[in-house]
Amino acid sequence: MARRATPEVNAGSMADIAFLLLIFFLVTTTIEKDKGIARQLPPREPPTDEQVKIKEKNLFIVNVNRSDQLLVEEKLMELKDIRQAAIAFLDNGGAPSGTAEYCSYCKGNRNPESSDNPDKAVISVQNDRLTSYKMYIAVQNELVAAYNFLRDRESERLYGWKFTEKSKDLDEGKIKGEAAKEALQEKLETVQKLFPQKLSEAEPKKSGQ
Amino acid sequence: MSKFRKKKSNELPAVNTASLPDIVFMLLFFFMVVTVLREDNLLVQNKLPKADQVEKLKKDRSVYIYAGKPSSRYQEKYGSEAKIQIGDKYTDITNIKFALTEARQKLLPELQDKVMVALKVDEDTNTGMVTDIKQELRDLNMLKIIYITTPGNEISQ
Repeated sequence: MARRATPEVNAGSMADIAFLLLIFFLVTTTIEKDKGIARQLPPREPPTDEQVKIKEKNLFIVNVNRSDQLLVEEKLMELKDIRQAAIAFLDNGGAPSGTAEYCSYCKGNRNPESSDNPDKAVISVQNDRLTSYKMYIAVQNELVAAYNFLRDRESERLYGWKFTEKSKDLDEGKIKGEAAKEALQEKLETVQKLFPQKLSEAEPKKSGQ
Repeated sequence: MSKFRKKKSNELPAVNTASLPDIVFMLLFFFMVVTVLREDNLLVQNKLPKADQVEKLKKDRSVYIYAGKPSSRYQEKYGSEAKIQIGDKYTDITNIKFALTEARQKLLPELQDKVMVALKVDEDTNTGMVTDIKQELRDLNMLKIIYITTPGNEISQ
């Protein structure tokens, strides 16, 4: 028996097969892009008679009605103006200098009629049950933007980088090494303490109530 | 001198395509690795609102809740009233607790305490429905939520 050499497999169609598979995966791929606004809900606590007292001037009331109109501090407002209004309120620092509540890093108008300091300032959002979710998110987004603007400003003053950029880096795992992570976390918390996010949400009223 | 001229030919040499399969395979493997096949079959319309002050969602510890009007092909059967979907089926507001506990049990045991609820709600839904969901979540003590959005900004439109 003469030994026959095995004929070579023709690999010419390999590229075609691979292309087919490639196109299949290209079509079915959805690159994950789930991002959003994170929130912590208040825990259910047994009802108490104790009322937390917040001074009127430390409260920034945003009211959204059923036709998606905004009432901010009893004035009608456009969505685009709410960010500036919130920044002005948070950054006001109305407490007189020398008192314990004095805010040394605030750059606002120091209007005694508005918030004492960022720690005291509370933003309260009240929605109607018929407010659209789109508007709800848009308002929340603007308010978070106001906080982020102020935190960026403070972190640039203290450390020379932007709060939002660094916290994003931390989220995406761009910071290497445990020690570096902890050091950054600590700095981020310092900035957070300067402008703590105090967004409260009132239970929505039924339309007409 | 004419010795050298001999080699010159006027035809262009064909491009060697022998490495083409390798390149295609590399791309193929890339896409095979990054592909995540859709887990839930969407039963509701899901046009997410826009926001730009966002954080990333940690996928391994999240439970999804969808809400919105039923998709057009289901509207005949289920009407056009906004509905909640958890997993692969519609859920009633009173049934949410059960469905969520079930969904939580599918996560890794060590992450079940750190569970994050991702709300994928259609932008035309009423806030009232979202509030109802949040109240149920508070009862369940699942306090970390995230409103999933798409990049963009409502104002610049």
